[in-house]
Order: sequence, then structure tokens, then C-alpha cells
Amino acid sequence: MNIPSNLKFTESNEWINLEGKTGTIGITDYAQDQLSDIVFAEVIVNAGDVLKKGDSIATIESVKAAADVYTPLSGKVISTNEELGRAPEVINTDPYGAAWIIKIEVSSPGETGSLMDSTAYEKFVQEQK
Amino acid sequence: MFIPHTDADRAAMLRTVGIERLDDLFKNIPANNRFPTLNLPPALTEMEVCRELQDISLANESVNDLVCFLGAGVYNHYIPAAVDAIIRRGEFLTAYTPYQPELSQGTLQAIFEYQSNVAALTGMEVCNASHYDGATAVAEAVNMAYANFRGKRSKIILSPAVHPQYRQTVRTYAEGSPVVLVGDDTQGDLTVDPNRLIPLIDGDTALVVVQYPDFFGRIYDYTKLIDAAHAMGALVAVSVNPIALGLLKAPGTMNADIVTGEGQPLGIPLSYGGPYLGLFATRKEYVRKMAGRLTGETIDNRGQRAYVLTLTAREQHIRREKATSNICTNQGLMALASTVHMSLLGKNGLRQVAELCFHKAHYAAQAIANLPGYSIWSSTPFFNEFVIQTPTLVSEINDLLLDHDILGGYDLSLEYPELSRHMLMAVTEMNTREEIDQLVEVLSEVSNG
Repeated sequence: MNIPSNLKFTESNEWINLEGKTGTIGITDYAQDQLSDIVFAEVIVNAGDVLKKGDSIATIESVKAAADVYTPLSGKVISTNEELGRAPEVINTDPYGAAWIIKIEVSSPGETGSLMDSTAYEKFVQEQK
Repeated sequence: MFIPHTDADRAAMLRTVGIERLDDLFKNIPANNRFPTLNLPPALTEMEVCRELQDISLANESVNDLVCFLGAGVYNHYIPAAVDAIIRRGEFLTAYTPYQPELSQGTLQAIFEYQSNVAALTGMEVCNASHYDGATAVAEAVNMAYANFRGKRSKIILSPAVHPQYRQTVRTYAEGSPVVLVGDDTQGDLTVDPNRLIPLIDGDTALVVVQYPDFFGRIYDYTKLIDAAHAMGALVAVSVNPIALGLLKAPGTMNADIVTGEGQPLGIPLSYGGPYLGLFATRKEYVRKMAGRLTGETIDNRGQRAYVLTLTAREQHIRREKATSNICTNQGLMALASTVHMSLLGKNGLRQVAELCFHKAHYAAQAIANLPGYSIWSSTPFFNEFVIQTPTLVSEINDLLLDHDILGGYDLSLEYPELSRHMLMAVTEMNTREEIDQLVEVLSEVSNG
């Protein structure tokens, strides 16, 4: 199970990579493993949309389930990953890289305290099993 | 698995809606109407009931007793005996997709072939396993277009020349939703072409709905309208008569996004209004927004051809609140009937049926146009249905026709107040030349006073 130490995590299995005010968001290796083969992904927000923490940003369907993806932090959408719709399987192969979903400009950095670091997330995942 | 509500569940639900007892839900119904005493005759034996029902049914007059020139959305076509023989087989005779669908490979293969036929006929890439009828298929197109833009576009433009009952159904479905329906002003000038809808299309428009041939039987090329809609990012749905597509350009070639239709003309009897068949096809990019089921062909673990339900999750199993539609009942048996019918006809057979309808309708229109007091309402090309202007009320003419065992056309004043003394006349391959000549002769009695 790959859990990069530079990222923050949610209990709904999203990750966010904070670089200054910019946050890149995706789903974790554990999430893609649970979903199994992903066959469809659709980003349902557009650049410029203003999001509240917990808003739905994408829909992912695998051969066995469908899941919503939520934003870990509030902010304004800077860009969305257009490639994801064409090649949803990258979520399985590269969940922390090519399979980023959206980038946001974080509006309430204070919310970061509610997220887990890699150690806490690893413990969280162990408890789920 | 059936899990009944517990008393605690019920109490919580009653609290949520703000009432104390279940009976409070029925308060709006006057007490004396809640359980009225029914004034029924004394009980009869089965034999007596059969006799009585048979007597009542003798009052019915069907297209087997009458010569039919009535259409307006459903049409009297010949249905080969093989259609009934095949759909009545025990393996097929159910309206439902089996709950363990892959166990019923024959049913799935039939649905797959149905989808393939309808996709080919409409010029689209994907087709679902069907809806209830032509009207609900249009309403599902509205649902799909609205869902496609995730609620960011709420305007739906309906042509006034879409079947009045389809438009009513769309209004029923849209009740309580943010969808705004515009364009179907039936008081206006109905003779102008559909491009007059173009100025209504804007950035808030999700869908434009037109019919092909339209409710008045007219054939329009919608390419320009569709291009205009696409320029504004909107989708276009075209509701079709599938028999007409045996002859006419497929809506797919006009770049339509959704094609719906009433499948009744494809081997389904009139049956006093149903069950019918809702056709629904679209382009591949919208397949995950499409309601209903989709059967796919694949290879099983022994390398054999196999059929599976590939897309069903959205309505039934998960994410129900996010589904385009929660109605996933289809018309499996009617879809099978249409598949058998299309297979028996083949591409050339369907074209022959369409040509017969076209030529007989034009023969009838020409003959009626020559009668004093009658005229053809529109000069636009038509398929098998056309509007005639009549010298007196349509209801009076229809009474006279019925005296001669002829079921006359549809009285348009029922739906379009401006079109009093306008009759919508349908002709199919079932109408012989003698029948058409007889129709014209009876009509001439009226024109001669």
C-alpha cells in the first residue's frame, strides 16, 4: 500500500498535495484498490467553480462499484484533469500522479487541521481492513 | 431481500413529515370518499361473468371491423403471424428482464439484437432496452439532457409540432423540477418551419425536442436547427416514427444527439392504447447518462459468445439519488415483438412498407384535394399522414364516415384550437385502393352538401 508522506488524507480516501495555496486532489492507492478496475471517471466541476470542503467533485465507476469523490478542502477550482475521462484506468495505475482530478486554490487553510497525515491515514486504512 | 420497516422506522418517518398517524396522510380525501360503499350488483358465477363481459365486448369496434384512417401517433400496420408465435413462447413470455439476467442468454440476445436494429435504423451508436412508450421516451430524453448539464442548463425547447400527449407527459415528468419548458405555443402559426425555434436557443438551453415526421405528418430536415443548437452547446432530441425511417434520412445523419420514438408500428397491435414501446437511442458519449438498461455482447471464460447487462447500476443498485431516471422498467416483450418484426421485414422489407404507406397516402391526399370544399393544409412534404381542411366540423364528418364503417382521421381542434375543421389523416399499407376511393366518395357527400 503506497501512502506518500508529503500528502494529506481524508476518511473518504482522497489525498491533497498542498504547495503554497495550490492543492492537487486525487483518490488514494487504497481507494483504487478497493474499487478494482476503474472503467469510468467524470470530473463534475469546472475551472472557476467555488467549492466547500466536502462538495462532490467527480464520479468514478469501477466494474464493481460507483463512488463520488469529495474535495478535502474549500477553494476555487483552478483546473481539472481532462485526460481522466478518456483514460480512467490511470486511476488504478498512477493514483498519485497522472490520475490527479482537480487543482484548487485553497480558500480556508485552517481546514487543513481536519485532515490526516500519512501515519494517521495508514492507521485508518489498517482499521478498515 | 425484503426488509420491512420497523415501528421505529415508521415513527421516525411520520415525525419527519410532521404527522402523528398514517391515517393523517389521507386527511385531504373527504371522509365519505375514503371507503365509499360500492353499489354492486349481486355476485355472479364465472360462467355468467364471462357471458356478460362478452356481451359488453361486442360493443367494441376495432380495426378488424372498420376501415382505419386514424393515426396521430399509432398506426394500423400488418403484423406477420410469426411475431405472435415467437413472443408467446414460454421462454420469452414475460415483460421483465430476469433478476439474474445472465442466466437468460436468449432474452439478453433478443435485447441486444433489438438495440442493434434500433441503433441502425436511427443512425445512432447506442440504444437502451426500451421505455414504456413514445411519450415517456421523450420525457426521458428531457431527463437525460438535464442530467447531462448537471443542472446548469434548465431550459427545454419543445416544438409545438411534437405530439400533444408527449408534451403533456414531459410536463408531468418535469413537475416540481427546475426544468423550464418553452416553445410549444399551440395558438401560434403552425405552418411555419421548425427553424423558427432557433432564436429561442441560448446558453441556458439543455435540449430542443422535435418530431420526425412531425405530429402533422410533415417531413423536415432538422440539420440547420441541430447545428444551431450545437453552436449554443445544447442537445437535440428527435422523436421518430420508425416505419418512416425505412424511407427517410436517419436522424443520426442530421447529427441528432438523442433519437426517441413510438415503437408500436413495428409489430405491436393498437390494443386500445397499449402496451407500446419507447425507443431510445443516443450517441456513445452519452451512454452513461442514458436511463434504463443496456445489453452487451462479450466472450465468456470458455471463449464463447455471451450476453451481459453492461449498464444497470445507476438506477437500481447504487447511487439511486444520482440516477438520470429511476424508471428502469422496460417493455421487454414489446421490444422482442419489434425485433422479430424488423427481422422478418429486413431492410428492404421495411423500405417497401414505408413506400406503400407513402404512395397510398399521397394517392389519398391528391384525391381529397380534388374534392370541392377540401384542401391540403400544408405544402411541406409528408410521409403517411397529412392534414386536410374540411368543409364542416370534423366530428360531423367522422360520424358520417362511421356510418360507412370507416374510422376517420384525428380531429385536430381537440388539441389545437386554431385548427378547427382540420383533420389529420393517416394511410398505411393496410388501406387498399378501394378503401381510399370509398373514403373519398363519402367525403364528397359532405362537400356536395
